[in-house]
Amino acid sequence: MPPSPPTSAASFKTPTLGVFAFSRLSGWQVVASVIALIVLIPVAVTFAAWLRPQGDIMGHLAEFVLPELLLNTLWLLLGVGVGVAVLGVSLAWLNAMCEFPGRAFFSWALLLPLAMPAYVLAFVLIGLLDFTGPVQTTLREIFGPLALPSIRSRGGVILVMSLALYPYVYLIARNAFQSQGRAAMEAAQSLGMNRWQGFFKVALPMARPWIAAGVALALMETLADFGTVSTFNYDTFTTGIYKAWFSLFSLPAASQLASILIVFVLVLALAEQRLRAPVKYNAVGRSGEHQRIRLSRGHAALAFAFSAAVFAAAFLVPMLQLLWWAKAAAVTDLDARYWSFFGHSLWLSGIGAITVALVALVLAYAARQRPSAFMQITQRIATVGYAIPGAVLAVGVFIPVAWIDEQLLTFFNASATQTAALTGLLKGTQFVVVLAYTIRFLAVGFAPLEAGLQRITKSTDDAARVLGCTSLALLWRVHLPILRPSLFAALALSFVDMMKEMPITLMTRPFGWDTLATRVFEMTSEGQWQQAALPSVAIVFAGLLPVIYLATRGEK
Amino acid sequence: MKRLTLGLVATAALAAAMSALAAPDTVVVYSARNEQLIKPLFDAYTKETGVVVKFITDKEGPLMARLKAEGANTPADVFMTVDAGNLWQAAEEGLLRPVKSATLNANIPANLRDPDDQWFGLSVRARTIVYNKKTVKPSDLSTYEDLATSKWKGRLCLRTSKKVYNQSLVAMMIHEHGQPKAAEIVTGWVRNLATAPFADDNSAMEAVAAGQCDVTLVNTYYYGRLIEAKPTLPIAIFWPNQASGMKDAGVHVNVSGAGVAKHAKNPAGAIALIEWLSSEKAQNLYADVNLEYPVNAKVKVDPTVAAWGTFKQNLLNVREAGRLQTTAVKLMDRIGYK
Repeated sequence: MPPSPPTSAASFKTPTLGVFAFSRLSGWQVVASVIALIVLIPVAVTFAAWLRPQGDIMGHLAEFVLPELLLNTLWLLLGVGVGVAVLGVSLAWLNAMCEFPGRAFFSWALLLPLAMPAYVLAFVLIGLLDFTGPVQTTLREIFGPLALPSIRSRGGVILVMSLALYPYVYLIARNAFQSQGRAAMEAAQSLGMNRWQGFFKVALPMARPWIAAGVALALMETLADFGTVSTFNYDTFTTGIYKAWFSLFSLPAASQLASILIVFVLVLALAEQRLRAPVKYNAVGRSGEHQRIRLSRGHAALAFAFSAAVFAAAFLVPMLQLLWWAKAAAVTDLDARYWSFFGHSLWLSGIGAITVALVALVLAYAARQRPSAFMQITQRIATVGYAIPGAVLAVGVFIPVAWIDEQLLTFFNASATQTAALTGLLKGTQFVVVLAYTIRFLAVGFAPLEAGLQRITKSTDDAARVLGCTSLALLWRVHLPILRPSLFAALALSFVDMMKEMPITLMTRPFGWDTLATRVFEMTSEGQWQQAALPSVAIVFAGLLPVIYLATRGEK
Repeated sequence: MKRLTLGLVATAALAAAMSALAAPDTVVVYSARNEQLIKPLFDAYTKETGVVVKFITDKEGPLMARLKAEGANTPADVFMTVDAGNLWQAAEEGLLRPVKSATLNANIPANLRDPDDQWFGLSVRARTIVYNKKTVKPSDLSTYEDLATSKWKGRLCLRTSKKVYNQSLVAMMIHEHGQPKAAEIVTGWVRNLATAPFADDNSAMEAVAAGQCDVTLVNTYYYGRLIEAKPTLPIAIFWPNQASGMKDAGVHVNVSGAGVAKHAKNPAGAIALIEWLSSEKAQNLYADVNLEYPVNAKVKVDPTVAAWGTFKQNLLNVREAGRLQTTAVKLMDRIGYK
């Protein structure tokens, strides 16, 4: 998309991209670079697989597997990209700018699908809508044999992933529309635009970085997803990675494929960033005090029906199905252990979310202090973990950790023989879990914070500096209060994602540190989906609180 | 932040050191077999012997990567997983060590353990035919190979080829018939499919029950679980390849099993645990908890399972399934079995 025409809100400025200006590295930039370097370690482990050529397997995959996978993956990205943008932006606009019955409820309820793992949504919707499900069975009983399109198809995967992932766009875009304020729309109307023109020519272009950030998160998660697509038996690049690893027994080939994925994501992210670099998106006027548009009765009914349909399909129906199953499973499975699963999940995700929010804030802030091409690349590298399939990233973290342990043990064994029984100092500790979570989910914290910082004018900074603020004081006293909604978004999004996270938790958790997500794994690995409903429901409930909190905070 | 990090590291290191020093007789297990299937056994073992079993579960791929990365510093004594393909791969990667045990050799039939003694089957999983009782007579059914003939056109449902159970089955067929013939059979299956392959055995059986197709291939314990939950489903088990005089006849079986980690810290404890798991008193619990078949011939099968009748198993060593797994995967990729 080309840069939008200059409006009262978006003004051009000459790009000042001091390429690789090392001499001007500030403390912030050094810290940002260190963060990127830490993320680079597992990435480097993944790339190191190229040192062990897998010609035979790669040749086979390239000839018989990859062509279709690439096509499938591109369709999926396109479909989910359009799906989440349409759902997320339209719902965000309705909620931020319009008034209709039930809006106050939907404003937070539409975030709830965040807490629902996408593979659960997939399993439930396939169960309901496939040939053997109640919907088609009933239709057959009434109308006789029918040839209906299968839910287990490309369209079905796109539908489910769009329903599962639209909240990223909804949340971030809603913040954008709210902070734009009414002034921009009023200006547009005073220039003779109607509402539609105002929306497409002013509000939408002004919200572009936010929408792009939300869509980018959804697409990265789509690329890394394995659970949902394998429930559909829909082959994507990620299923190809796992095929190389689990079926063809070649972790190196899997890592090589993953590294191609990483390059693809970095190139896309940098291209997107370049496109929007020259435009500024500062807020005009005071935000949060706008009058909502009163919709006509017909339009209000439509807005209600649309919101209700999305809410029902993405959350209510799967939740009811889960509760039904969980009720049966609870009889045999629910006992005191669930307190510890619950506690472990909350603790690890809580510490993880706080770490992600802090690190993401530093990263976003560093870029703001001294924007440069170097910082752009640093940021993109630091946030690439979100697009790497979880199990591959888990190995990428585990290998260096095991290596460090080995060095430490060698060092300690020299002095103390009683530690001979020790097998590791780092691995199997919470530190490694939190480190791996941070590498994986930094993008989720970074996106809302980066978008939020863009809303703050440079003149605010200048004014504060004139008054003698240091950069830390500027952050603490000026930016943080404005950034509060973004910070809550970063915390809640990453928290919920960590609650649902499976492969990294499985690989790095300490002995006995089973969580709700690992409990889901225990059940689903032998296909006991109904049993898995119990921990799934617990994950959803634990995720609901931060989501609701976040939503009500975002309103203020 | 930095202080927190240092604090975490120091605390963790201290905790690890203390637990290592205070450890009683302990065996550490890395398991790709579910917690709910192994924990009752480990609890029973601790009760009987006083030996504590510490375990961690994950998928087999990550567990092997973990063992490899840890090398000599691994805490693992036992590696436990499902499917001979995975056990073979662990041996191939040098993650296991050979074990000489008369007890294991006596308890476990030769075709269900590694000829090089690196791993041992602990339960048998049979992959067989399930059919719709309303549309198929048992006399219509005969072999896995027969499902490739045109009489089953539009009547077959299959699980995805990405599941190791189907990979093992095809690997065994490659061993028996050679690649060209195996490819012909798989091509026939794919041609006969009524709908796209399913993600799991359950969905395939539900489709058979609902009349979307008439036959499918599943592991018997999935059938047992489904029938337990929905007793009225019109589906039944058929044991294929039973005719006498057939070369390499018998139902395709696979194992869940275990081996001793190459760098085990407590190898004697590891062997003792595996021997106990193969013993008569543990075998019932091990197999019954998942409606599988015990490996130990002296042990009776679970009554639910016994009700499905007896069958002749294919006596090829299950290691062949592992050895030929990548060949099988490539063959299915070429044919386009998704």
